Amino acid sequence: MTKFVLDRRKFLTVSAAGLASAPLAGCDVFDAAVAPASPVRGFMAGANELTFRAQRMVLGRAALAREFAESEIRQGMRPNGSTDPNSMEYMFLRQSDFALYKLEVGGLCEAPQSWSLDELRNMPSRTQITRHDCVEGWSCIAKWTGVPLAHVLAEVRPQATARYAVFHCFDIYASGASGRPYYESIDMIDAYHPQTILAYGMNDATLPVENGAPLRLRVERQLGYKMAKYISRIELVESFSHLHGGKGGYWEDHGYDWYAGI
Amino acid sequence: MTAADESGTPGALHPRGELVRRQSAWTRVTHWIWAACLFFLLLSGLQIFNAHPSLYIGQESGFEYNNSVLSIRAERRPDGGIAGITTIWGRTFDTTGVLGFSGSEDEPLGRRVRAFPASVTIPSYQDLATGRVVHFFFGWVLVGTMLVWFIASLINGHLRRDIVPLGADIRGLPGDVASHARFRFPRKRAYSPLQKLAYAVVLLVLFPLIVLTGLAMSPGINAAWPWLIDIFGGRQTARTIHFAVMVLLVGFFVLHVVMVLLAGPINTMRSMITGKYRIDAREGGK
Repeated sequence: MTKFVLDRRKFLTVSAAGLASAPLAGCDVFDAAVAPASPVRGFMAGANELTFRAQRMVLGRAALAREFAESEIRQGMRPNGSTDPNSMEYMFLRQSDFALYKLEVGGLCEAPQSWSLDELRNMPSRTQITRHDCVEGWSCIAKWTGVPLAHVLAEVRPQATARYAVFHCFDIYASGASGRPYYESIDMIDAYHPQTILAYGMNDATLPVENGAPLRLRVERQLGYKMAKYISRIELVESFSHLHGGKGGYWEDHGYDWYAGI
Repeated sequence: MTAADESGTPGALHPRGELVRRQSAWTRVTHWIWAACLFFLLLSGLQIFNAHPSLYIGQESGFEYNNSVLSIRAERRPDGGIAGITTIWGRTFDTTGVLGFSGSEDEPLGRRVRAFPASVTIPSYQDLATGRVVHFFFGWVLVGTMLVWFIASLINGHLRRDIVPLGADIRGLPGDVASHARFRFPRKRAYSPLQKLAYAVVLLVLFPLIVLTGLAMSPGINAAWPWLIDIFGGRQTARTIHFAVMVLLVGFFVLHVVMVLLAGPINTMRSMITGKYRIDAREGGK
């Protein structure tokens, strides 16, 4: 019996010492390997391609994101990212409540056009109550009203070579010392998806500035950073490698994956 | 004295028996791949958690109402200092130095305000994008290894022999609990009932659960398999379960290492590296 007690005491002492020293081991040993330019990081990022292909395989073109009931809207939509763009052009348009705003749609299409906000509101509209999932981890349910991007695309008639829709925005996103224009891109499968809309309304009111007025994108099967706010222009392209950082979006240029399905 | 008591004397008093083939190559290789995966998944997962260090119940995160079950944040103290504050189910704890606010005093404040400390995240600094790259890479490796292990274990009998607890294991459970409580670990050819139970829970419950709750957080998978998120009761609940399973797996890891040390680290490590395990003499031949 005495032996048993000693064994246990010894064990408890050793394990207490072990647990106490564990947090001292730092984790910065991996920082170099996972830094943006590292080949190890590049190899690991290859898994994002696998994720994209796997999701497209199980998802198909038409699967819809869950839509919720009115009663499930329990709070206002949490604004994130830019909430008050201060480019000259945007502030000028905002002064007149975007009466002078025109959405330009061009690039690889037969009939480039531009529309005022009123003209967009007179197009067929779609209203959906969906859950916005931020890459940070939070979610928020809100009601969105807008014109299906598919309708706008039908008007401009994309050429066969058009593979992506690029959304150029008014906001200069500030990160650190320098700011860069926000932009995003989606492929034609998501562009033609029935829930992909250019929203001008939110929770039964005009889309507020902090949530992206006059026009923001909803791509309900991806994360929030794909859903560009403050859209000024849509450009149809074959490749986005010549635009900004070349990765197809502001956050993509900062290391996030282009396909934000998870 | 029962038979178990006789063979259960600790340490050097074990009568040395023969070396038996304990672990197949499939078990050994998948074990070490998992060890690496879980290490990187844990540290990159804590990095991802730090981007929004709050957990909720339901579909969404309550910003104008409270459905939070855990939140970690930094607050300014009345004296001007900064405190790390952790709230679990409405109970608030001062966790300065570990959760919410950590790091040495010569670091800039912006680096010190963080839920989990730099020592347990990859990368050490705040970088959600990089955390996601590491997390999803090892997530794929984990899932692939799970599939390989499951098929191999189904074929070579590991699953039936060593993992799934059967009637005899359930009957032997009270005796096994008593022998563990006395720190007596006879070296037998077969896994003990508690061992089987622990491995069954980890491999057949916690592993699938952490993968499925991970997938339930994906807006793409939500559209493809709406039933998955319904099982877990909403995206934010799935995120909370994902975190809770992580805590259970960390608990298993601690217990697992303690048991390796108690049961004889050389013998158990050898069995997981070369496959050979020395059993007690009286166990031989059975």
